[in-house]
Amino acid sequence: MDLRAKIPSGPLAEKWDRHRFEIRLVNPANKRRHSVLVVGSGLAGASAAASLGELGYRVSCFCFQDSPRRAHSIAAQGGINAAKNYQNDGDSIWRLFYDTVKGGDFRAREANVYRLAQISVDIIDQCVAQGVPFAREYSGYLANRSFGGAQVSRTFYARGQTGQQLLLGAYQALLKEVARGSVILHPRTEMLDLIVIDGRCRGIVTRNLVTGEVLAHIADAVVLATGGYGNVFYLSTNARGSNVTATFRAWKRGAAFGNPCFTQIHPTCIPVSGEYQSKLTLMSESLRNDGRVWVPKQTGDHRPPHEIAESDRDYYLERKYPSFGNLSPRDIASRAAKEVCDEGRGVGPGGRGVYLDFADAIARLGRNTIEERYGNLFEMYQRITDEDPYTVPMRIYPAVHYTMGGLWVDYNLMSTIFGLHVLGEANFSDHGANRLGASALMQGLADGYFIIPVTIGDYLASTKLEKVGLDHPEVRGTLEAVAKRTKRLLAIQGSRTVDSFHRELGTLMWEKCGMARNAAGLQQALRRIPEIRAEFWQNVTVPGSDAQLNQALEKANRVADFLEFAELMCRDALHREESCGGHFREEHQTPDGEAKRDDDRFAYVAAWAYAGENAEPVLHREPLVFENVQLAQRSYK
Amino acid sequence: MTTMRLRLRVWRQAGPTSPGRLVPYDAVDLSPDMSFLEMLDVVNERLIAKGEEPIAFDHDCREGICGSCGVMINGVPHGPMRGTATCQLHLRSFRDGEEIVVEPWRARAFPVVRDLVVDRGAFDRIIAAGGYISARTGGVPDANAMLVPKDDADAAMDAAACIGCGACVAACPNASASLFAAAKIAHLGLVPQGQPERSKRVLRMVSQMDMEAFGNCTNIGECQEACPKLISISVIARMNRDFLRASVFGAAEVERREGAV
Amino acid sequence: MPVVRFWGSTIGKKVVMAVTGIVLLGYILAHVTGNLLIFVGASAIDSYAAKLRELPALLWGVRVLLLVSVVLHVVAAAQLAIRARAARPMAYNRFDPQASSVASRTMRWGGVAILLFVIYHILHFTTGHAHPAFIHLAPYHNVTTAFRVWWIAGIYIAAMAALALHLYHGTWSMFQTLGIEHERVNPARRRLATVIAVLVPLGFVSVPIAVLLGVIR
Ligand SMILES: Cc1cc2nc3c(=O)[nH]c(=O)nc-3n(C[C@H](O)[C@H](O)[C@H](O)COP(=O)(O)OP(=O)(O)OC[C@H]3O[C@@H](n4cnc5c(N)ncnc54)[C@H](O)[C@@H]3O)c2cc1C
Ligand code: HEM
Ligand code: HEM
Ligand code: SF4
Ligand code: F3S
Ligand code: FES
Repeated sequence: MDLRAKIPSGPLAEKWDRHRFEIRLVNPANKRRHSVLVVGSGLAGASAAASLGELGYRVSCFCFQDSPRRAHSIAAQGGINAAKNYQNDGDSIWRLFYDTVKGGDFRAREANVYRLAQISVDIIDQCVAQGVPFAREYSGYLANRSFGGAQVSRTFYARGQTGQQLLLGAYQALLKEVARGSVILHPRTEMLDLIVIDGRCRGIVTRNLVTGEVLAHIADAVVLATGGYGNVFYLSTNARGSNVTATFRAWKRGAAFGNPCFTQIHPTCIPVSGEYQSKLTLMSESLRNDGRVWVPKQTGDHRPPHEIAESDRDYYLERKYPSFGNLSPRDIASRAAKEVCDEGRGVGPGGRGVYLDFADAIARLGRNTIEERYGNLFEMYQRITDEDPYTVPMRIYPAVHYTMGGLWVDYNLMSTIFGLHVLGEANFSDHGANRLGASALMQGLADGYFIIPVTIGDYLASTKLEKVGLDHPEVRGTLEAVAKRTKRLLAIQGSRTVDSFHRELGTLMWEKCGMARNAAGLQQALRRIPEIRAEFWQNVTVPGSDAQLNQALEKANRVADFLEFAELMCRDALHREESCGGHFREEHQTPDGEAKRDDDRFAYVAAWAYAGENAEPVLHREPLVFENVQLAQRSYK
Repeated sequence: MTTMRLRLRVWRQAGPTSPGRLVPYDAVDLSPDMSFLEMLDVVNERLIAKGEEPIAFDHDCREGICGSCGVMINGVPHGPMRGTATCQLHLRSFRDGEEIVVEPWRARAFPVVRDLVVDRGAFDRIIAAGGYISARTGGVPDANAMLVPKDDADAAMDAAACIGCGACVAACPNASASLFAAAKIAHLGLVPQGQPERSKRVLRMVSQMDMEAFGNCTNIGECQEACPKLISISVIARMNRDFLRASVFGAAEVERREGAV
Repeated sequence: MPVVRFWGSTIGKKVVMAVTGIVLLGYILAHVTGNLLIFVGASAIDSYAAKLRELPALLWGVRVLLLVSVVLHVVAAAQLAIRARAARPMAYNRFDPQASSVASRTMRWGGVAILLFVIYHILHFTTGHAHPAFIHLAPYHNVTTAFRVWWIAGIYIAAMAALALHLYHGTWSMFQTLGIEHERVNPARRRLATVIAVLVPLGFVSVPIAVLLGVIR
């Protein structure tokens, strides 16, 4: 398997410029002749489809929601990073690059990350030009806030709705192209398979979620921007529809999957309240700017928070990480919370929670300032928990939030299948083993607005593509495979609901492949998952037909893929015998419980290749070379 | 933990053309901490277990931001709690044993797809008609080159908070989409970047809105009560003002540049 | 053509309604003050009516303006009402209005009531067809004789109730339609609407009531 990253030569700072000069371009007249399918309308998909449309390509854009504007990016709250150094606090492209590589625990490609940092500044310019209402100072200049894992204030935000505003910006740009006729929208349309013809990706097979019609779409290139797979854990901060189907089916067609076990657990979510729970709600990490995290010093101290004296409180993040304190990175903050709860010092029902306390901030800045900064987040919290965070400290607990792993891509964002490009959270991305806050929006938009429009031209200009008709055997074969699978799901008519399987899988993954992992647990999971999967295929029940809107069928399709994918995650987690970023192997920690990397053995990207139905996937390695930063033990003390 | 019981009457409709009716469901063993959609999940789980087809409803983020969800709950879009989307509504806002009628949004421009699911594609077409600033990717000035007074930025953000759920249309006795269209027109009209296309935008979006078979606004104000983001009808006044201005001064010049509006 | 397009759009029609509404409003304000002359005495109002007749240009100017306004106002109202009906083909099984007032919800039927009233009213007091004891240019006589009949007075009083509701929402609504909106003026909009909706109909009904009570005879 060819895992050459195609990183341009030359000094880090010049690579991207040089690359843009060296690669081939499609001349303007020819662009109309090329068709591109963009699967996904999130920040990555919408920005890509819009920009490719502007360039003149014939673009089709797909999403499973009823409107592209509802892609899960809409839910991003806190903000987006950019090395603008508007605050004059010592920020720079290099610092953003370094923070991101370090934050990712040195498991990302230098060249990609540096490019990301370079492009970050253009993203803000672009979004402002589109009318994104970023927060402003009274002077009319843009405002910034700080985010975890950084000591500079470089995060741009629009109240607690940054993702919404950025996505609406991209969505509007997309619809502008739809109006111009350069992009065709396919909402409520789910990609169920990939069409690969002699090594080249030539299209996708979709199901129209309203009519059930299964169709093949042929094109010159395909772009997947289908988001993350956090829902493999059933409970996560992802939207209910977020899934692994698109990327997983691509994997089965030959695309390598990079670091599937790298998942991010977000420290500030609202704790689980019951069996029926359908999703976990994130409280933006920006809250950690002003909130102080603590638990009682004594185990089993069940007094209400206000009765617990200052001296009986343990502000454990401030204690353990003096220089970053409450702003220490996500993986670290999450694990610290798990630790104190494991010690029996957790608060709230079930003892799975820690306090995020705003009393001091309110005393210092006044209620109005806090309201101004976090008003809508506080409301959201109160709505869900029925408690008033202005008077009672919030209760928070970590939850699955983001997946750093994804389809492997080279510097041009092309997967190991020629012509299949992968953007945003769906690729294995620039975040290594842990993503810093406010960096995913940045990456999605960098990929979509600025990278793919250039790099896809290189592929199209340098590839000779023969015509493919709908009657091509590969196309018909793929169509039949999809139809067959759907029929099979409907035919089982067992006695268990799809959700019950999903819940069972999620609980297993959370326990064995969650915040902390160990060999024994992972092996158990690897034994258990096939059993659950087997029962699913014998005993699941999916009512209704495939010729209608059938949400149970949609779920079944997605959960069936999670049931296979989960195994790949555990396998990857088991093989990586080190702790790094979000991947914490209990066997590998420093005496004081910090993640212990093993750079000699594991400074590589694990790229897994599909090897057939009942064969074990094959591990390929892309070694990571660090020429510009030297690997250090990540310390936020 | 206390459990609740609700007597539901839910609109079931197999498809766009098939007739629908309210079907009673007795929902027992519910928790007051459940969200309204989690309650529907539970009802659906039990239906599926019985081999019946679950109630179809749109939802995704379940945190009040994607705008997918939204049903009439006892005659009120998104239910009794002000400024709250259906997915953020919790059962603690209902009485134990209460009867609850659940219906889809009803408007000619929002045809029912199935059960509680409607087609809101008209909203996308309204945005496509002009709800944007034409800034090609690249070639834009530095973000701080153009100053935006904080008050304008805040007002723009208030309007931009629209999640496109359609509750305004559902609530309006005239099934008017004015609040939705006006919110976008206000957002883009309040920032300096939006000025060059201001006339064209309002003329195009309003004529698209009219083409989509929404009713007209008679300034009744139900929409603003139903809006989960509490967008104020003052944006509608703004849209009318812009429309008037554009019709008197803007139209001719727009036509010169763009052809008939 | 811009004018056609303007009239063709829902907002354009609403603006027309607002503007014609203002004209009609202006007329009834003048009208109600004129009517109050009746309390000064027969000669006062009769001579006022006579004077109007000495200025045919003004009289007919006003009449034409009124006619045009009413026609535009009514046509727009009818077209928009039909459109709005079509926009919701299927009614809700349960609908629980949160914000709308009786006034805002009765604009359409209230308007129809006012229209019917005006037609009757003109046949009654202007042309006299609907008035058994009609004497041309003797409004005092016409009015007083008419309102001694309780049910005729009743029709007028009822009509003024409809007018009150119409003005209560209409006067506020027209600012909204014309885009006259600012947190500083908004309270004033509501207040003005309330004042007009109360005073104008009061002024009008004072006449039939006064006649019924025998204050004027
Ligand atoms: C609650 C929350 C808060 C966050 N806050 C922040 C933050 O403050 N800052 C930050 O930088 N990041 C944040 N993130 C992370 C960030 O929002 C996401 O990583 C990013 O938006 C992903 O964008 P995307 O375009 O890659 O995918 P998405 O936005 O998830 O879009 C996926 C798209 O693919 C489509 N799709 C998926 N599967 C299929 C299929 N099979 N067929 C057809 N279409 C399909 C979907 O319809 C959708 O349009 C947050 C994430 C969450 C969950
Ligand atoms: C109790 C209430 C009212 C009384 C006593 C009253 C009295 C009169 C009288 C006496 C005339 C005839 C004037 C003349 O021909 O010299 C008249 C004309 C008229 N009134 Fe009224 N009126 C009342 C209410 C209204 C209202 C509410 C309206 C409108 C909504 C209205 C509209 C008219 C019109 C349009 C004319 C015809 C004017 C013309 O000759 O061009 N009136 N009214
Ligand atoms: C004395 C006579 C009348 C006056 C002073 C008057 C005044 C007004 C005003 C100011 C408005 C507000 C317009 C807006 O919302 O911008 C209005 C609305 C309306 N009027 Fe009248 N009107 C009168 C007669 C009528 C008649 C005769 C009809 C119909 C038969 C009518 C039907 C309506 C309707 C339906 C509306 C609501 C329009 C909308 O908001 O879409 N009115 N009127
Ligand atoms: S204006 Fe409010 S109600 Fe209407 S679509 Fe937007 S958010 Fe929903
Ligand atoms: S309810 Fe309807 S009438 Fe106008 S003010 Fe809102 S759109
Ligand atoms: S499900 Fe997203 S807004 Fe309710």
